[in-house]
Amino acid sequence: MGRKVLLEHDHIEGINTYEVYRKMGGYRSVEKAIKTMSPDEVVEEVKKSGLRGRGGAGFPTGMKWSFLAKPAGVARYLVCNADESEPGTFKDRYLMEKNPHILVEGMITASFALGANTSYIYIRGEYFYLVKILERAIAEAYAAGFLGKNILGSGYDLDLYVHPGAGAYICGEETALLESLEGKRGNPRMKPPFPAIAGLYACPTVVNNVETIAAVVPIVNLGGEEYAKIGIGRSTGTKLISAGGNIKKPGVYEIEMGISVEDFIYSDEYCGGIENDLELKACVPGGSSVPILPKDLLLKTAAGETRLMSYESLSDGGFATGSMLGSGGFFVYDQRACIVRSTWNFSRFYHHESCGQCSPCREGTGWMEKILHRIENGHGKMHDIDLLVDVASKIEGNTICPLGDAAAWPVAAAIRHFREEFEYHIKYPEKVKDPKHFHKIPFRGLKNVYA
Amino acid sequence: MAKFSEDTYDLAQRLIKRYPEGKQKSALIPILHLAQAEFGGWLSAEVMDYVASILNIKPIEVYEVASFYSMFNLKPVGKCLIEVCRTAPCWLKGSEDITQHIEKKLSIKDGETTKDGMFTLKTVECLGSCGTAPMMQCGHKYYENLTTDSVDEIISTLKEQNQAQVYVSNDFFREN
Repeated sequence: MGRKVLLEHDHIEGINTYEVYRKMGGYRSVEKAIKTMSPDEVVEEVKKSGLRGRGGAGFPTGMKWSFLAKPAGVARYLVCNADESEPGTFKDRYLMEKNPHILVEGMITASFALGANTSYIYIRGEYFYLVKILERAIAEAYAAGFLGKNILGSGYDLDLYVHPGAGAYICGEETALLESLEGKRGNPRMKPPFPAIAGLYACPTVVNNVETIAAVVPIVNLGGEEYAKIGIGRSTGTKLISAGGNIKKPGVYEIEMGISVEDFIYSDEYCGGIENDLELKACVPGGSSVPILPKDLLLKTAAGETRLMSYESLSDGGFATGSMLGSGGFFVYDQRACIVRSTWNFSRFYHHESCGQCSPCREGTGWMEKILHRIENGHGKMHDIDLLVDVASKIEGNTICPLGDAAAWPVAAAIRHFREEFEYHIKYPEKVKDPKHFHKIPFRGLKNVYA
Repeated sequence: MAKFSEDTYDLAQRLIKRYPEGKQKSALIPILHLAQAEFGGWLSAEVMDYVASILNIKPIEVYEVASFYSMFNLKPVGKCLIEVCRTAPCWLKGSEDITQHIEKKLSIKDGETTKDGMFTLKTVECLGSCGTAPMMQCGHKYYENLTTDSVDEIISTLKEQNQAQVYVSNDFFREN
């Protein structure tokens, strides 16, 4: 069994209440930080822990915190990004539902470290039932004296509020989130200035993912160095993985970074193998924005090394033969899945979610969706494949925010690793009329028949 | 003219106080949610103008936000807006079959409302329920691990209840 520091108590009845959470050692990090440490010392522990942003980008949290500008007389804000919308990712939802107090506790400790007196949890509107859960947890924390004026007699004040969004993937991008929190459309801002300098209401702001903020709790409790002993190399700590798709045991798993991908998929402790004992075809290991990997490159790197669940190992080989840990949205395709249909599905998603601000993304995602739709439905031409690669390459790097890249990468990766499958759709249009065209005979088998 | 109940109006005022003075526009999205829940599941121009007046902002500032976010309906919808997730992780687990089943059962297509005004069907992007796929949302409730049988049950229960399903109730927010 791997070590757990976030979901350690998630099976305990009533852990979502203050009483039980406190009994299990909850809010110790707040006491330790406020009573025995200076804000800078808390930041230092987070730096030592090696914690990296758990929302997808993997940027070192301590470094992000140390960039926060501190001009005198200007308010600073901590905003929690609970806009979890990356397809395949549902870990934050699980954590907030099971154990809302760990997020509230993390928000208090982190706000103290950053010198924020008002903090917000921006949560996607579809998770409204969680607003109710979080609001209750926050009310309990106020009643216990961990929020409000003069917390633990220290003179430190903090107000914490939940703010619902209303259905927009783009608001997971931190500057779009801030626009949305200001009551505007979720159009990402040009950077610089970064939010650390001019964020919410043009004040210095840190935006962190739910899991990142929750991880501050064990980091302060254990000490940064101790936390850094969990995991492997620069992938310190544990990671919540949302496991879905064609596996026997879907769900949220807290893993120690460094276990092998093969173990994660096949061991009974985690995914339990492929549903109906079919064959593993491919996997998207870090949310829909990261490149898909075929079985061979998923379990071993191009150099033949065992692929591990860590930032470094999953990106080994770059985009040519690797992928990314991303948000930890890990979904598995069995032999029946059609990669073209999946890629079209993703393109439809990005086209729907593009905010429309930058033309390469607004127009390009629509073109990709259209081209993929016609290939999948047997109306494609051979030159469409290169056209897709061309459109994807012209979106990538040419937009204000990374949504453009996120739309381009899955298309490029699918063609890179599964080009024959795209060609098959174009060569044999009558064979792909049924939307479940690979259910009876997987593409692997067909390849030999039609080669 | 549209007007909140006293209870909702008070809540809206409390929500405005969550943001610094002069930044009351921040409360726009939460208040639009309250408005949609209270005024029949969608936002008419009249309702949006009313929200603008509460926040002391221009109506256009409300329209541009309401039209950006997918949870705000700018046209009437059925009492029960059924939103089926269509994104890849749900697709892998059979969401296309679920959508087709509902279309057939209710004799409507994606985006349409039944003649009796009871149900609207909409396919939506990932709702963060990929480990319990396929799934759909109706109001604030998630219905997970769907099968055609469980969908039948859910729909007949909703029909029996004959109540508007909303994303938010006033009691979701704490009192302070």
